[in-house]
Amino acid sequence: MTGFIARRVGHTVLVLFCVATVSFFIVRLAGDPVQQMLPPEATAEQEATLRASLGFDRPLLDQYVSYMTGLLRLDFGQSVFFHRPAFEVIAERLPMTVDLAVAAMVFTLAVAIPAGIVSAVRRGTATDTSVMASVLVGQSTPAFWVGILLILVFAVNLRWLPASGTGSPAHLVLPAITLGLYSAAMIARLLRSSLIDVLGEDYIRTARAKGLSGFKAVTSHGLRNASLPVVTVVGLEVGSLLGGAILTEQVFSWPGIGRLTVEAITYRDYPLMQATVLFLAAVFVVVNLIVDLSYAVLDPRVRLT
Amino acid sequence: MSAVLEINDLHAEFRLDAGTVKPVNGVSLSVEEGQTLAVVGESGSGKTATALSILRLHPTPPCVYTGGEIVAGGRDLLKLSEREMRGIRGNEIAMVFQDPMTSLNPLKTIGAQIAESLRLHQGLSRSEARSKAVDALREVGIPTPERRAGEYPHQFSGGMRQRAMIAMALACRPKILIADEPTTALDVTVQAQIMELLAGLQERFGMAIVLITHDLGVVARSADQVLVMYGGRPVELAPVDDVFADPRMPYTRALLRSMPRGDVPGGAPLDPIPGAPPSLFAPPRGCAFHPRCALARPECAELVPELTEKAPGHKAACVLEGSLR
Repeated sequence: MTGFIARRVGHTVLVLFCVATVSFFIVRLAGDPVQQMLPPEATAEQEATLRASLGFDRPLLDQYVSYMTGLLRLDFGQSVFFHRPAFEVIAERLPMTVDLAVAAMVFTLAVAIPAGIVSAVRRGTATDTSVMASVLVGQSTPAFWVGILLILVFAVNLRWLPASGTGSPAHLVLPAITLGLYSAAMIARLLRSSLIDVLGEDYIRTARAKGLSGFKAVTSHGLRNASLPVVTVVGLEVGSLLGGAILTEQVFSWPGIGRLTVEAITYRDYPLMQATVLFLAAVFVVVNLIVDLSYAVLDPRVRLT
Repeated sequence: MSAVLEINDLHAEFRLDAGTVKPVNGVSLSVEEGQTLAVVGESGSGKTATALSILRLHPTPPCVYTGGEIVAGGRDLLKLSEREMRGIRGNEIAMVFQDPMTSLNPLKTIGAQIAESLRLHQGLSRSEARSKAVDALREVGIPTPERRAGEYPHQFSGGMRQRAMIAMALACRPKILIADEPTTALDVTVQAQIMELLAGLQERFGMAIVLITHDLGVVARSADQVLVMYGGRPVELAPVDDVFADPRMPYTRALLRSMPRGDVPGGAPLDPIPGAPPSLFAPPRGCAFHPRCALARPECAELVPELTEKAPGHKAACVLEGSLR
């Protein structure tokens, strides 16, 4: 177990090194931040001064080396647009994204788990077909359209919930549904098929032969076995929710990591773009580690080596 | 002694998209306290379907019980509600399955899986059920049961798993134990140990055993009565010695001849049964065995013989009378 974690930490460092390198060079294809920041009438001299003050006049390799050595000191660079450390800007937006991600995940699981169980247990019936059909609609509808539709119905027409912004739990409802709908649909389908496999297992029959009701056999013998493939996907979904829901945050003017990423790209803010990419990579690496560790908790046969 | 389990003319069919199959077609049997009835037959003969029918474990639909009765404890199990049936499963009638690897939940400890039925049927607390589960493991000869109860199925060997399975089935002291090929998935040396264990526990607790098997060696050693099934129908029912000494149904005789014999010096040549078991989707007309039967007569293709008494206590479903020579 300790060896496993040590090795995974090694992997993490390697992954983050690669991501930092690739993102450093790729963001520089986005365009020149200096021209973006200056008014059109600025002189070539003014442009050169600004470029030099940001350090963008130095040779590329030089910039790369100082960026990478900065990372070792946990210095992610200075945001060109916000004039503050990029790390600080991300840390400031993170709680908003975490709120949204948690709310979306709660919605996802609250919908997906009952839907998956009901269609698996009643497979082949009208209930199964209608649940899976609605799930398919949820999975194939784009988030921006769902978001706009929800705003139209619940905010504009019914005036039950705020259309955008932050400040109260009510503000979370529509973005969380918009964001969670796709994951809910996917996880419901996955849980259904995984549970159908498990329900055909001999030990479910053993549980029934012991006198357990069908419901109890599913919940106490089926769900945990069926949850193994689902956990992987839930983990990845948590990762992408934390990485920022770019479309949803944009539609609901939610000031999280997703909108920050869009802002960083719009302003060609190299250090901030690099920092958001690195943050996203770190989130995925950590989530995957948690998923792997949770396997060992869920399934005693799994030995992490 | 009176029968603790009596099945009369049981019919069960599966209504599938591909057609209706009748894996249980007029099965009658009875078992007495402390006795063992062996149900033998090839794969697809309906023996496991009959066993699962006793506990009504077939999913309905597609399974429909179309006739007959299953009498245990003075009640017809087919007339009970699902809730009443749950009170019987694992409590009055318990079952041991073929493959202890797949029949145990890999994610629950052995102790928890045994404790589950104790808590359900005897309303024991978690700790009471836990200590009774340890006792149950001790009874089936598992060393250091306190420690083993906390282990998972993958930490047990095949034989130990089947012992745990038996401990689980017997935890609530059922009157009837249905053992569905309990030794098929095990090594030969372990098979004998498991059969000995079952015999010892039967002597101690006096339960009736319905032993589903295709191993005639196991039948000869442990059964009192034998029911031979073919194509979903019972074809011979008799005390074990009579079946081996004087089979009255050509299928039974063919089964016996297809088995290796250790009692003939130098070994007798094996005599396999030609052809394949009948398809349940399209069973042959008349006696289901007639296409493979060495003694078939013209009327066998038309007539479905009933199970009738050929000798005292010896029933067979065949047009032939007298010993088969």
